[in-house]
Amino acid sequence: MNFFQTNLPYILAGISTGGQYALIAIGYTMVYGILRLINFAHGDVFMAAGLIMIYSYTVMPLWVSIPLTIILTVLIGFSIERIAYKPLRTAPRMSIMISAIGMSYMIQNLALYITGGLLKTYPKIPWISDSITIFGAITKRVTVITPFLTIILVVGLVLLIKYTKIGMAMRAVSRDFETAQLMGIKIDSVISMTFIIGSFLAAVGSILFFSNYPGVTPTVGGMPGLKAFVAAVFGGIGSIPGAVIGAFLIGICENIIKGLGWTTFSDAFTFVLLICVLMFMPTGLFGEKQTDKV
Amino acid sequence: MASSKNILKMENITMQFGGVVAVDNLSLEVNEGEIVSLIGPNGAGKTTAFNVVTGVYAPTNGAVWFNGNKIVENHPRRKMKKLYAGKDKTVFNGHLEPTPDKITKLGIARTFQNIRLWKSQTVFDNVLIAKHLRRTSNVFSATFRLNWKEEKKQREETAELLKILGLYDVKDELCTSLPYGLQRRLEIARALATNPTLLLLDEPAAGMNPQETADLTDFIRRIRTDFHLSVFMIEHHMDLVMDISDRIYVLNFGALIAQGTPDEIQNNPDVIAAYLGEAEEDTDFSDKPYAEEEEAE
Amino acid sequence: MENTNKKRDLFIGFGLLALLFIVLVILEQTVRPTSILFTVLKKGAIYALVAVSMNLLNGFTGLFSLGQAGFMLLGAYTYAIFTIPVEARAQVYQYFDGGAIQFTLPVIVAMILAGLVAAFFAYLIGLPVLHLKSDYLAIATLGFAEILRAIFQWDKLGVITNGSNLLRKYPVFKTSTFYFAISGICIALIVLLINSTYGRAFKAIRDDEVAAEAMGINLAHHKRMAFTISSFFAGISGALLAMFQTTIQASQFKSAMTYEILLIVVIGGIGSVSGSCISSFLFIACSEWWLRFLDNANLNFTSIQILRPGFRKVVFSVVIMCIVLFYQKGIMGDKEFSIKGIAGFFKKLKSKRNK
Repeated sequence: MNFFQTNLPYILAGISTGGQYALIAIGYTMVYGILRLINFAHGDVFMAAGLIMIYSYTVMPLWVSIPLTIILTVLIGFSIERIAYKPLRTAPRMSIMISAIGMSYMIQNLALYITGGLLKTYPKIPWISDSITIFGAITKRVTVITPFLTIILVVGLVLLIKYTKIGMAMRAVSRDFETAQLMGIKIDSVISMTFIIGSFLAAVGSILFFSNYPGVTPTVGGMPGLKAFVAAVFGGIGSIPGAVIGAFLIGICENIIKGLGWTTFSDAFTFVLLICVLMFMPTGLFGEKQTDKV
Repeated sequence: MASSKNILKMENITMQFGGVVAVDNLSLEVNEGEIVSLIGPNGAGKTTAFNVVTGVYAPTNGAVWFNGNKIVENHPRRKMKKLYAGKDKTVFNGHLEPTPDKITKLGIARTFQNIRLWKSQTVFDNVLIAKHLRRTSNVFSATFRLNWKEEKKQREETAELLKILGLYDVKDELCTSLPYGLQRRLEIARALATNPTLLLLDEPAAGMNPQETADLTDFIRRIRTDFHLSVFMIEHHMDLVMDISDRIYVLNFGALIAQGTPDEIQNNPDVIAAYLGEAEEDTDFSDKPYAEEEEAE
Repeated sequence: MENTNKKRDLFIGFGLLALLFIVLVILEQTVRPTSILFTVLKKGAIYALVAVSMNLLNGFTGLFSLGQAGFMLLGAYTYAIFTIPVEARAQVYQYFDGGAIQFTLPVIVAMILAGLVAAFFAYLIGLPVLHLKSDYLAIATLGFAEILRAIFQWDKLGVITNGSNLLRKYPVFKTSTFYFAISGICIALIVLLINSTYGRAFKAIRDDEVAAEAMGINLAHHKRMAFTISSFFAGISGALLAMFQTTIQASQFKSAMTYEILLIVVIGGIGSVSGSCISSFLFIACSEWWLRFLDNANLNFTSIQILRPGFRKVVFSVVIMCIVLFYQKGIMGDKEFSIKGIAGFFKKLKSKRNK
């Protein structure tokens, strides 16, 4: 019981971080499922959401800046797709990946330019940033809310994909891009929808994430983005439940490692997990095996 | 003309992908100097059989022999238990899964159904690269050009091969600028550059008109003699198949349904049924008008 | 006929290189040593080498690897660790009682060792990873680079690596000619490799690896070879970078460095060695020198200070995005720099003007 007590803050933090990673991971896995593209810029969209929140809070009250952040982030995600990915849809895979990397580079430099490289403090959102006590461990309320909110959003998304027309279109496109086009599905709308949903979740994730952190720097999106991607790979790229499970796994293990005192390696754990997955189980937990025809 | 020395033997080859049985207990042979064809409706498992011989797929069961040596072998675990439970233990007792390059080094070369030339390279380089497997120099001696003798020899051999096959004039062109027929010929040239004993041709006449097919027929006969090859061919152009083959195997739904000389195959009802669909059974023509006319004549 | 043309091109090529070296020596004597020109030249030469090594892997063999920063890190640290003078070790390794290694190697030996260590790790990493599809290979190599960085920052290994502290006081070279010479030799070796039979095998793997395997080229063996050789040269460029910067720290070898190298390769043209060299100098010149004025606060038009530090990188990123989107083949495409090419270019211009 004592072990549990001393480590409870870490486990709780882990569940919370896991939820935040899950919200980002869904964006990665959905985009990869449809476009076979690793959206390197997604982590930076997450970071941009944090910055937008900071700047809009200086001029607007909270109940305006939160929706504004979400709307602007969605707009950014949508624009990135239109500007950097749509023109390269017929280009070889490497080109579009390089475009994603270039976009990520550009967003980071823009953020660096706008903020001047200094840490920008994140506004304290009342109620969720308050400290509460659970089972004797002191933590912020956001830590408890995150997993529940994540699960609600994920369930909502899965329902959307299963029972709506646009969801069916998304499933068709991720199965077979060309045939879906031939069947009259509006590819552009489906792809835009994917990016919109992904960016929306990333924006929510950023609000939850940064409530727990002192502030936002331009490069802060890199690590969570990469970890979320590993979560998506672990769960089977293209599978939303898989990505969520992977994200919680990474979040919890990462924080337990920190709790054990090996902070330098908390990041490395993610990559070790990635290497193991790629070596022993490349299609992930729920992924589909693809055979190449000779 | 064809001796009875066995070059290739496929023994009880089964290839299963999940629930789909692509090749079902296939056994066939190619003897020295023969041209053997493998025919059958689309999706019958012919290219899969090729891929098992060349090592692209490890068969679910069965073995492949080349020049009297076993080169590919596999068996499902369950069958192994049954074998050891008291039956024939000597047949399958190993696990040989070589990669395609090892099989090519042994002397089996192939062409592809959809031409797979190296698009950024010239005609000359496409053939020269195929000779890389016979190099004895390592990367250091190659980089520092210590292997200039070997390089010169291989370049001369490549030029020779291109001249024999009528591709020397276009040797510096990008292979993608060649017309379709020449690209197919280049692919065969490339396969020949690996010094094979057995040549596997996967639909060499695909997309060709009757004249080109006739040229190809002579071409294949010529290289069989000039290069001392045995040829194992998948083909749909029946004129080419019937004209050139010493023996034919017919595949349908992954299983062998007939084998024999071209004459035997042409008159085989199972083969006809497989290609054209089943004829109606027990058709009695006696009550039809034309039957009476015939009787009257 | 062909042979005399080739010999002529070779002579012209050597002539140009000799000219380049003479120009360099003259510059060294005339321009003041702290000029930004030398920074650009040195850094450009270093990045040219690592860009060509990445091009060998990505452009010529078709293996999309994002691990260059990790191999540069290995090379840089190997060089530094084995060349810090014994007397200075106590100062450098101040938190680790002088460090575990108490001898030094000659500079050239240390540099070659830098390449070998990087190649060794590449060999180990390559074993499980090289058969993966391109996206997965990219992420796997990126992951390994990050793991390496974490290991080098680990305190427990600090007796060798100095943990998260700087490594300094190792021998450095001041003249640009040194960097050009080393880079030049290495790039020449890579070019020799590319034009050899193994280089052709790499290109075959890039174009169609199924056909390459069917023609007897062992994929695992050749991919590992390309990976190891590319990393060897990335390690040497890391050693050069260590010399150039006079201090190194593991934390600077982030994935952002790999992205910059990748962008250099793309801008220059995937599959063109001369393209990588040219674009490396252009990239470094733009980011360190030419666009500096954009950071200069003395030029503002409105009350909001548009031009301030950071603007240069923004403009730079936008230019890169434009090249990636509209000019995908890069500057040189997959062709190399040649006299024939330049002559052809001018002929085209002439004919356009005559129209």
